[in-house]
Amino acid sequence: MAEKKKKFMQGNEACSEGALYAGCRFYAGYPITPSTEVAEILSVRLPKIGGVFMQMEDEIASICAIIGASLGGAKSLTATSGPGFSLMQEGLGFACIAEIPCVIVNVMRSGPSTGFPTGPSQSDVMQAKWGTHGDHPSVVLTPATVQEIFYETVRAFNLAETYRTPVIVLYDEIIGHMREAITLPEAGEVEVIERKKPTCKPEEYKPYAQSNGSIAPLAAYGEGYKFHVTGLYHAEDGFPTNNTKLIGEANERIVNKINKNVDKICINEEFYTDDAEIGVVAYGVSSKSAKFAVKEMRKKGVKAGLLRPKTIWPFPDKAVNKLAKQVKAILVPEMNLGQVYYEVERASRGQCEVKGIFKVDTEAIHPNQIIEEIKKFA
Amino acid sequence: METVTAAKKKKKEKPVPFDYSNYIRKGKLPHIWCPGCGHGIVLKCMLRAIAETGRPNDDFALVSGIGCSSRTPGYVNFNTLHTLHGRALAFATGLKMAKPNLKVIVTTGDGDALAIGGNHFIHTCRRNLDIVIMVYNNFIYGMTSGQFSPTTLPGMIATTSRYGNIDPPFDVCKMAEAAGATFVARGTAYHYGELEKILHEAIMHKGTAVIDIIDSCPTYYGRFNKFKSPADMMEKIEKEGTVSVKQASGLPPEKLEGKLLRGVLCKKERLEYTEGYAKLIEKAGGSKPK
Repeated sequence: MAEKKKKFMQGNEACSEGALYAGCRFYAGYPITPSTEVAEILSVRLPKIGGVFMQMEDEIASICAIIGASLGGAKSLTATSGPGFSLMQEGLGFACIAEIPCVIVNVMRSGPSTGFPTGPSQSDVMQAKWGTHGDHPSVVLTPATVQEIFYETVRAFNLAETYRTPVIVLYDEIIGHMREAITLPEAGEVEVIERKKPTCKPEEYKPYAQSNGSIAPLAAYGEGYKFHVTGLYHAEDGFPTNNTKLIGEANERIVNKINKNVDKICINEEFYTDDAEIGVVAYGVSSKSAKFAVKEMRKKGVKAGLLRPKTIWPFPDKAVNKLAKQVKAILVPEMNLGQVYYEVERASRGQCEVKGIFKVDTEAIHPNQIIEEIKKFA
Repeated sequence: METVTAAKKKKKEKPVPFDYSNYIRKGKLPHIWCPGCGHGIVLKCMLRAIAETGRPNDDFALVSGIGCSSRTPGYVNFNTLHTLHGRALAFATGLKMAKPNLKVIVTTGDGDALAIGGNHFIHTCRRNLDIVIMVYNNFIYGMTSGQFSPTTLPGMIATTSRYGNIDPPFDVCKMAEAAGATFVARGTAYHYGELEKILHEAIMHKGTAVIDIIDSCPTYYGRFNKFKSPADMMEKIEKEGTVSVKQASGLPPEKLEGKLLRGVLCKKERLEYTEGYAKLIEKAGGSKPK
């Protein structure tokens, strides 16, 4: 086989490539910095393969349209940033309760409100988890390189289809706009999971049936199943129910289908953590600085190690707890005023000191900042 | 109501009794609508209009938002989607674009379509996407117990307009036409035969079809505004408050004052959105969507 061509592209471009690779055939979105390139690229690429690109009237319409398209059987995507992501929370909750697969990309910028639109941040981690009301499942992926944005976008679609739930790809403006060399895999090289469709007779189809924690297949509208979907709590047949027992069970089920599969969903990169005495937990762009800092400290004989979650929700409790057991301290550099920091503190269960390195001036956290903090514990 | 409808029925009754069992999800009845509410009549007209197309149930998707009218999809045997308040058209847009062969009908109310969903309403009309939008217009938020809506007339009483409403109302049809809908009509639950015909024409139309369906909410709008009974409401609002396009053409302007026009108010040809998109795909050198 010929040597694969390396391509030089920005994160948002890699995201679009990942979506197409995963079989995305419907995009609906609203222009917003710093995610707009995803829309621009897909507006050109999707029609070429018979897919649909829609520029909607706002972000509320965008997420609702992708849910509608998903019910029509299309793998669907939207991309946005902070203010748009806020508007999408309502639709996100609908996708959670109605269990409709879809992927939402949030390229984080400075906030709150309009904030500094071209300035990066990592301050939507908690919004990605708790932005929509009610107890709901959250699957949020945090790639840290352009190449990884490609892979994690594919994985987002796979997880959405596997668990019948919305999946969020969360990265910051820096990675979104940064250009790096990446290799695009050939078709078939990376696993792409297709939606499980029902094979039973239409009259027997229960879109929310569950047995032993399995997830019911999802039919597409117009393919003979004529089922009902609602944002109200519903029974196995999809129709609304006032039965409090069923409501409680349904709410627990949509959350547990993720929580019970944490080991399959949570992926971390461990960098020199085996013998680490000082830990760093970092994700996205801050993990780039953290990795550099750890390397530098190792050169100086300091046993530092990095734990980098590629899945931030569900939170990698086990991995953090294991690290906390062996280190004196865990440092958490992030471009916000403390979000993952508190999760690390919770998961550490008081086994080590946890210290945040926070920055909200829209400049990336410099490796030296992390090095200085590591030194304090060396 | 008895006397009026009895006389009408004799004239309008179809020779063959209509079998609703193919269209109603019997196990999901009784419906939640109050006694005297016109939504059931609208539902009946819609089912008969759908049946007249001769197309199988699976060819239709019914999408709704939140409110009394938005409960319609749950009772009927089609592909049905009950969504978020105001957002039915956005969901419907995605669904229609993913499955252009589906005939998508949106059942919505005056609050759902025009207040919280107003933006989606005008933009759907602008695109001329092939969706039938049935606005069950009863001038009030029924589901939340009677607050004034974007179609409540000035001076009317609601739980949030105890001193009389001062907000001017939208004219659903004028708004739809101005926004670009290519089929705009008005009917009432009272004129059910006429409504059935309008709905059938709307379903057969290729493009955005908006039907302003004047309907009554005796429980709230009627009670607060001293209508004597559901029948009294229907007579005053739907019968006396409207005039057909045909009748109107022969009446002097002063006789039309305060009356809403009934019938097909606008029907034109303009490139429908999924057809436009198919052309775009061709231009991009892409294959036809599935």
